[in-house]
Amino acid sequence: MNHSELARDFNKDEQRVDWHDETLFWIRNKRDKAAQAIPEWEQLRESASAIKDNVLSGLHNYLLEFESNALRNGIKIHWAQDAAEHNLIVHSILKASGIRQMIKSKSMLTEECGLNAYLEKRDIEVIDTDLGERIVQLAKEPPSHIVLPCIHKKKEEIGTLFHEHLGTRKGESDPLVLTAAARENLRAAFLSRRAALTGVNFAVAETGEFVVCTNEGNADMGAHLAQVHIASMGLEKIIPKRAHLGIFLRLLTRSATGQPITTYSSHFQKPREGQQMHLIIVDNGRSAQLGKPDFRNSLKCIRCGACMNTCPVYRRSGGHSYQHAIAGPIGAILAPNLDMEQHADLPFASTLCGSCTHVCPVKINIHEQLYKWRQEIVKKTGVPAAKEMSMKLMKNALSDPALYRLAGKTGRFLLKYAPFTINNHFNPWYQQREMPQAPETSFRSWYLKHQK
Amino acid sequence: MKSREKILSRILEHQPESTALPFSPEIQGNETGSLQIFTEVLTKIGGHVYQPGNLNIMKDQIRGLFPGKSRKITTLSLFSDLADTGWTIQSPSELKDVEVAIIGAHFGVAENGALWITEDQMKQRVVPFICQHLVLLLEKKEILSDMKQAYSRIGDSTYGFGTFISGPSKTADIEQSLVLGAHGPKSLHVFLLD
Amino acid sequence: MKVGLFVPCYVDQFYPGAAIASLQLLQKLGVDVHYPLNQTCCGQPMANSGFEHLTLGCNALFLKNFQAFDYIVSPSGSCVLHLKEHLEVPAAEQASLQMRHKIYELTEFLTDILKLEHLDASFPFRVGLHLGCHGQRGLGLAQMSEKVAPFFSKPLKLLNMIRDIQLVELDRPDECCGFGGTFCVAEEAVSVKMGKDRVADHQRQGADYITSTDMSCLMHLEGILKRNKSHIRVLHIAEILNHKDK
Repeated sequence: MNHSELARDFNKDEQRVDWHDETLFWIRNKRDKAAQAIPEWEQLRESASAIKDNVLSGLHNYLLEFESNALRNGIKIHWAQDAAEHNLIVHSILKASGIRQMIKSKSMLTEECGLNAYLEKRDIEVIDTDLGERIVQLAKEPPSHIVLPCIHKKKEEIGTLFHEHLGTRKGESDPLVLTAAARENLRAAFLSRRAALTGVNFAVAETGEFVVCTNEGNADMGAHLAQVHIASMGLEKIIPKRAHLGIFLRLLTRSATGQPITTYSSHFQKPREGQQMHLIIVDNGRSAQLGKPDFRNSLKCIRCGACMNTCPVYRRSGGHSYQHAIAGPIGAILAPNLDMEQHADLPFASTLCGSCTHVCPVKINIHEQLYKWRQEIVKKTGVPAAKEMSMKLMKNALSDPALYRLAGKTGRFLLKYAPFTINNHFNPWYQQREMPQAPETSFRSWYLKHQK
Repeated sequence: MKSREKILSRILEHQPESTALPFSPEIQGNETGSLQIFTEVLTKIGGHVYQPGNLNIMKDQIRGLFPGKSRKITTLSLFSDLADTGWTIQSPSELKDVEVAIIGAHFGVAENGALWITEDQMKQRVVPFICQHLVLLLEKKEILSDMKQAYSRIGDSTYGFGTFISGPSKTADIEQSLVLGAHGPKSLHVFLLD
Repeated sequence: MKVGLFVPCYVDQFYPGAAIASLQLLQKLGVDVHYPLNQTCCGQPMANSGFEHLTLGCNALFLKNFQAFDYIVSPSGSCVLHLKEHLEVPAAEQASLQMRHKIYELTEFLTDILKLEHLDASFPFRVGLHLGCHGQRGLGLAQMSEKVAPFFSKPLKLLNMIRDIQLVELDRPDECCGFGGTFCVAEEAVSVKMGKDRVADHQRQGADYITSTDMSCLMHLEGILKRNKSHIRVLHIAEILNHKDK
């Protein structure tokens, strides 16, 4: 199924779509208020964008600088070319310490790499500790949003899951009670697991430290209790200087949820005494993307999710309709880089309204890249013959005024060629919309009669 | 070629022409942030802010907040009459039953209510996260206005581990209903002293 | 000042009233306006579907039709944005790139070039303004809610010159209607839902009319209004700006 078909399924329950849309739009409004409170907001975006441009243009040296500083700090650095290598590295680190159970805080990269499934196949248990991620893990679903993993789930559904897995009272759906149950359940896991994996929000070249941001405190609970801390990081997460955090931390959470900052912004510079700290730098298509001038600046993304919250299509189709670890507008420009054919539907799942581009804290031209991916996809993966034919017919008529007028006379040109103008139930336009009524004359005919 | 070299050589081949770094971290003046904004912001995100006037009043307030006999630890000898100062552990999980932890913070940030704390103030990194309730002590004059100032204050210091804490641990993952006390402390109390 | 009127294909075919009002309004304001008879389309329907490479003929024709004018004005923010971003004729590169700067959406032309301050028109109804995304975010016809910047709105400025008009305030003043070219059929379910939600917003505010700088958005919203037998009607902004007292 493609995005459009999955979105159609999602829309079968209109009340649920309204709820999903309104919840996310509420977060978009909170983001607006938080941004409006910072008069220099647009300059901050400009600075963040320029810093990230600089990072991409000097990534080679920044990575080397980060690596040597991190090594000096006592952090073990690993390099993974792709998802498989990343997963293998995690597995070998665990194996070396004889660890069969790991806890994990939010890392979209490990979703991208399919780490959980990989480790489970090798008899290693992984527990996600971000509440939203834990919920989707129990439901055996992928997250539907990078910041709000279970934004698609209602509290009653979560209550049922918790009753089944955590033994809460049947019918209990109070978020307070459910959160308390998860806290207690996961605390036992935090205390007993010897390995913890976290994501990385920023890695500072100058100091060799990395920063992890959470509201729940789960990354810290995991990392500070475990003997082995593994941090997985996409290679684009580098920033040159520590002082740049002063810009990114001002933007990140305001853009994401409208909070002024996450509850915890933790700076890991050295391992705890007696602890192993590993950091895996993952490529998985990123270095190739860096070589595509039209698309490289999607690597500036800091994963705030603002483009999802604002996207009128995402809000009404749900994250799962994108069938990629990262959904929404940013996912739609990242996914084709990994597999253009498999994700060919995503750049078309947009009206190109441009809202995403203008909420983006690092000014990624998301909607322009969606347009450009469409051109790439049509040229390189081919399109259904019927669509190509209609486009070619349209081209011929629109390049030739006489043909255009002839077509217009025989029943209004567009009624013939536009994809939405066949007046029957096979026409998707007509299912829920009336056709435009063809007027008596075209403007051109009127003009010739009245003005010439 | 190893993965590292392959990745680095692909990057070198693909990275665009160098662009300038726009922002040079100039040293800020000692401009102080607004106590009022700091208090408002931190209160709004679920923290409690106190200005006890002196140390004894503060101790009374803490006793009032946590009257029980549950385990209280501190890294500040100032509070040896309130909480355990002599604690030592083999493994951080031994701190699982800590009810209250009292520690110091370097400075606070008015724009977001965050407090900067480093490993030397925690003794064990897990302390400010594993306790049920966290009490932070801050000198009133140590409030900066924003994150840019915060990082010029941090400068190039070495800390092993450092964190900004802004409010109690929280989640809104269930239908966006805000719940305080996700995995870390259920409450945060910040005492401002002269 | 010689002005060429570009009438987008679907306006020519389905909504001649919007084009007539645009022409008459410009004439009323003393503009020397012409309608080149051999025009067809801006090429956007193909380009947004990923077939920009098929728009060369369209572009060449556009250049030929409008070369003689100081300004090209069109009652569609979407078509204008497409031309401003993509009009390119390899055989006449300079001329086509220069032409991009001469193309104006109607309300932008009225505010920025004619510097219109008064209009003799009345429209005694409750009206909701739908801001087409390409006009608003692309051309900058109005400030967008995403940005931290002072408010302005060229279409609203013009509508406020109309006597007796009552403009309604929307809950979401700049959310996309879901038309999106071929998106409207390729992603039918989401497109319709977006349109229904826009319509409902105008309905909540008690609008009699929905107006816009883009007829394509209105065509989509009208399809939904009519299917649901709503009394709300759609009118291109030119038709309101050109509306005379009875």
